[in-house]
Amino acid sequence: MMKLLARNRHTVQRLGFSFITLMAVVTVLPIVGTIVFILFKGGSAISLEFLTGFPHDGMRAGGILPAIIGTLYLTIGTAIFSVPLGIAAAIYLAEYAKDNALTRLIRLAIINLAGIPSVVYGLFGLGLFVLFLKFGTSILAASLTLSIMTLPVIISTAEESLRSVPQAFRTVSISLGATRWQTIRRIVLKEALPGILTGVILGLERAAGETAPILFTGAAFFLPRLPGSPFDATMALPYHLFVISTQVPEMPIQIQYGTALVLLVFVLTMNVIATVIRSRARAKRQW
Amino acid sequence: MEKSLSFREFIITRLIQASGYSAILFVALIFFFLLREGLPTLSEVETSSLLNVRWYPIESYFGIFPLITGSLIVTLGAALIAVPFGIGTAVYISEIAPRWMREILKPLVELLGGLPSVVLGFLGILIVSPFLRVFLDLPTGLTAFTGSLLLGGIAVPTVVSVAEDALDSVPRAYREGAWALGATKWQTIWRVTLPAARSGVLTAVMLGVGRAIGETMTVMMVTGNAPVLAVKLNSLFSPVRTMTATIAAEMGEVANGSTHYHVLFFIGMVLFLISLVVNVIASAVVFRAKKRAERILS
Repeated sequence: MMKLLARNRHTVQRLGFSFITLMAVVTVLPIVGTIVFILFKGGSAISLEFLTGFPHDGMRAGGILPAIIGTLYLTIGTAIFSVPLGIAAAIYLAEYAKDNALTRLIRLAIINLAGIPSVVYGLFGLGLFVLFLKFGTSILAASLTLSIMTLPVIISTAEESLRSVPQAFRTVSISLGATRWQTIRRIVLKEALPGILTGVILGLERAAGETAPILFTGAAFFLPRLPGSPFDATMALPYHLFVISTQVPEMPIQIQYGTALVLLVFVLTMNVIATVIRSRARAKRQW
Repeated sequence: MEKSLSFREFIITRLIQASGYSAILFVALIFFFLLREGLPTLSEVETSSLLNVRWYPIESYFGIFPLITGSLIVTLGAALIAVPFGIGTAVYISEIAPRWMREILKPLVELLGGLPSVVLGFLGILIVSPFLRVFLDLPTGLTAFTGSLLLGGIAVPTVVSVAEDALDSVPRAYREGAWALGATKWQTIWRVTLPAARSGVLTAVMLGVGRAIGETMTVMMVTGNAPVLAVKLNSLFSPVRTMTATIAAEMGEVANGSTHYHVLFFIGMVLFLISLVVNVIASAVVFRAKKRAERILS
């Protein structure tokens, strides 16, 4: 009886493991498939003219330079606001905050920020930055909107990274006479840096790929020249892809795949950098 | 020296504290601006017509009911896909996969999380929807189901990474205890590890659902954009229009301050409140579970 039971549960385990493995494969394969497919299909559209030219003939020909530059501007703009604020907030939560009602409220607020639909961020950006503060449809308004959206990602990964630094590091530093801030800056931040960087890049990656928050805050359908100041609207890769795949009739499929490819490469590069930073830091870590 | 040091320390501490509080400020600001632009709806449109089944803004029909059902049906479909596959993959990554496999899978799943939703929508239009139209013999491939399928893909990485974290944080001693008592790995997963990570897994599900309900571009591109009431089962295979897609599609064309503009903000307000409720419940679950764990362990 015991033997039968034993064999039985091992069979169950084998079956179960196969099933779960299959699920993981089904989940992961489409990702790889999607990326390979777009790399394959879009590759032939890529040329120097495509990457450095302006669109013409109602965007049915030419390049996508203004969209590439626009996404670059938006990403940098987002970083300027969200990175310092996000890291500071993470330091507060990991190092200073006491476990009280206020801290719980902050955490709740961060969780909520992370959950707010991206299009609602767009509405908020329209209401506050574009109309109320009169920034107009601009890179500034779009970057600020994207920053607030990115904030929870940066805060939560940075906090986690700060918390993973062993408490002993802090105790030793303080016992050597360092102040709290010195300890944080020279010891804790230094050790947590790779993790923080990973979070920052992943947050910015999301901002670079978002369309809904910039729809009404900064994205332009078509611009004949590059934006000259933060108060100009801009073209952006994700919005451009949306436009040419839904709004422009008789759009050559080649240009659509090419644009998707450039956007994908932009985002994937950030992702790979983040992954490499993290895995190298893990390999080096001695605690 | 001593004094300037402590003064700098004081300033920096205050700045850091203010940054910490900023999250509360942003949530309040978002809510305030949604209210400011959305509440005039209630005086401009009668409540009864707001809850009507007809959304046709050009003729001043502002019934948001079909948009709510549209969002619900697409999200439900997405959850049915994302929850089992997400948790399954998380269990695989955290409990079953060999180390090298884990090192490959984790970044890959993260990669999916980073794929811009507009790229998925683009592939949805070009590949998934023509395929579904032929495969399921439908009049159009742009349906709620197409949206669910792609949204499932968008929600999966959220579910996987949160659930995997939760499983990972179960102390190894729990598993070793179970093995020592003669349980197989499989039994340990189901009866020890998963139950111990229960609250985290539940949070993963909630956050996945939240992600799906708020997703905009993909659903706008692939669900066909027909604001019809979706209450029957076969609505899943016909075009719908979600709340998010309605805002994204129509906000660009309305005059600031018009009734239509206010109604779109009102819908934004509803979405905000939905995400608020989902997240408050999710974090309440975690909080209570933590308390319970503390009680047991002490």
